[in-house]
Amino acid sequence: MTAVWVSADQERCISGGRCMAATSEVFDQDEEGLVVVLTPQVAPELEDRVRKAAYLCPSRAIRIGDGPTQG
Amino acid sequence: MNAPTTTANEDLFAYPQDRACPWQPSPGYQDLGRQGPLHRVRLWDGRWIWMVTGHSQARRLLADPRMSADRSRDDFPAVLPRLDAPIFKPIAIIGFDPPVHDVHRRLLAPDFSLKQVRAMRPRVEDLARRLVADMLQAGPPVDLVEAYALPIPSMVISELLGVPYDDHEFFEAKTVGLLQAKSAEDAERAGRELWDYLDGLITRKEREPGGAGVLSRLAGEVDEDGDLTREDLLRIALALLIGGHDTTSQMIALGVVTLLEHPGQLAALRADPDVLPAAVDELLRLVSITDVSGVRVATEDIEIDGEVIRAGEGVLVSSSMTNRDPGVFPRPYEFDVHRTRGGNAASGRQHLTFGFGIHQCLGQNLARMELEVAFSVLFEGIPGLRLGVPLEALPSRSGGTMQGVHTLPVEW
Repeated sequence: MTAVWVSADQERCISGGRCMAATSEVFDQDEEGLVVVLTPQVAPELEDRVRKAAYLCPSRAIRIGDGPTQG
Repeated sequence: MNAPTTTANEDLFAYPQDRACPWQPSPGYQDLGRQGPLHRVRLWDGRWIWMVTGHSQARRLLADPRMSADRSRDDFPAVLPRLDAPIFKPIAIIGFDPPVHDVHRRLLAPDFSLKQVRAMRPRVEDLARRLVADMLQAGPPVDLVEAYALPIPSMVISELLGVPYDDHEFFEAKTVGLLQAKSAEDAERAGRELWDYLDGLITRKEREPGGAGVLSRLAGEVDEDGDLTREDLLRIALALLIGGHDTTSQMIALGVVTLLEHPGQLAALRADPDVLPAAVDELLRLVSITDVSGVRVATEDIEIDGEVIRAGEGVLVSSSMTNRDPGVFPRPYEFDVHRTRGGNAASGRQHLTFGFGIHQCLGQNLARMELEVAFSVLFEGIPGLRLGVPLEALPSRSGGTMQGVHTLPVEW
């Protein structure tokens, strides 16, 4: 099974905290309230919840792909 | 205003319509929802706008940068007469498009982040316990709005902003005056009084820097040539003070009513405190306190589900109806505190009560925390709580979009 990678765009983030509320193992907020990805390579058991976090993100700042994203 | 079509609009569904049940949308909206996701509805001034009741259509439109939230635009619909008041044009954050919206929102994001809100929780729990103790000492009957539902968010937002809570009776009354006004003139009058009050408050903060709260901090960041002018700060102060207490207080009140009228759900919540966050989101979904997820105007033609929303046409997303899209929420009219269980996307948390897109409610984490604390402390402290009047006799707000009760008599 191919590993899933997640990235988050701080430029798009509006600090809603939905990702952190859904999956605190993967998402955090920095001091500005902006999204931080803790573990870009998603553990298989967390994949569903990471997809849910991406769906809930109001500003569509979360991207899920099959490889690491730069920047 | 698209006046030439006014006569033809008379046949259209008139918006808004009052609820018949405190936690269910008006029967008329329920009929509309059964007919499809997009509808033309007629406003008080004869103009028609799109009303969105479909969940996926609402998400797409609210996240679409071609939809403007700029309330100072001539073609922006005034959904109610009061929204025609100059004080609402523009209201900070919610009534601005990028880039101004994004700059102001970023100034406030740290104060409303999930971490910040979690750190505030113990103090809010102490406050709620104190209010319950006061109610127990006073004895029944009690107006739960005045004794509990309003003081919690009102004290919290006062402390967060740095507004003296001693002035709460004034700003609460003027907020109701502004949000429940039946005319633009009445709204403007109440709004100006709040504006002048905040103007004086910010002047004091400018003279004595270093005070507590968001407004004190921002008063030190005002730059007439920069990202935050003094007028920006006043508009932000007004939006946060209003937005920070009225909707949350009414959500506490109607949430309590909904729980009391569903004893099985209340028992499920009492039996398992871990259900609390899910129960709060389910109540947010069901009660949809503002009834509206957002109002926008299209800046370009937008095709959606075989319809075309033309540039200049207004769009209103109904939170109460998108939250009952049967394709997303099975048994949509049922109150089920276990709805959010499980990790799949089709859970209760995807309600649109806080909106969607870049304008999603700034205070959503704060509101959720206040609601969790309010319900848990109340039902723990007063297990025998019951309504003091029959459900049908509750004095409900009418003629607008913001739902609520003027008073909530309770006994135990």
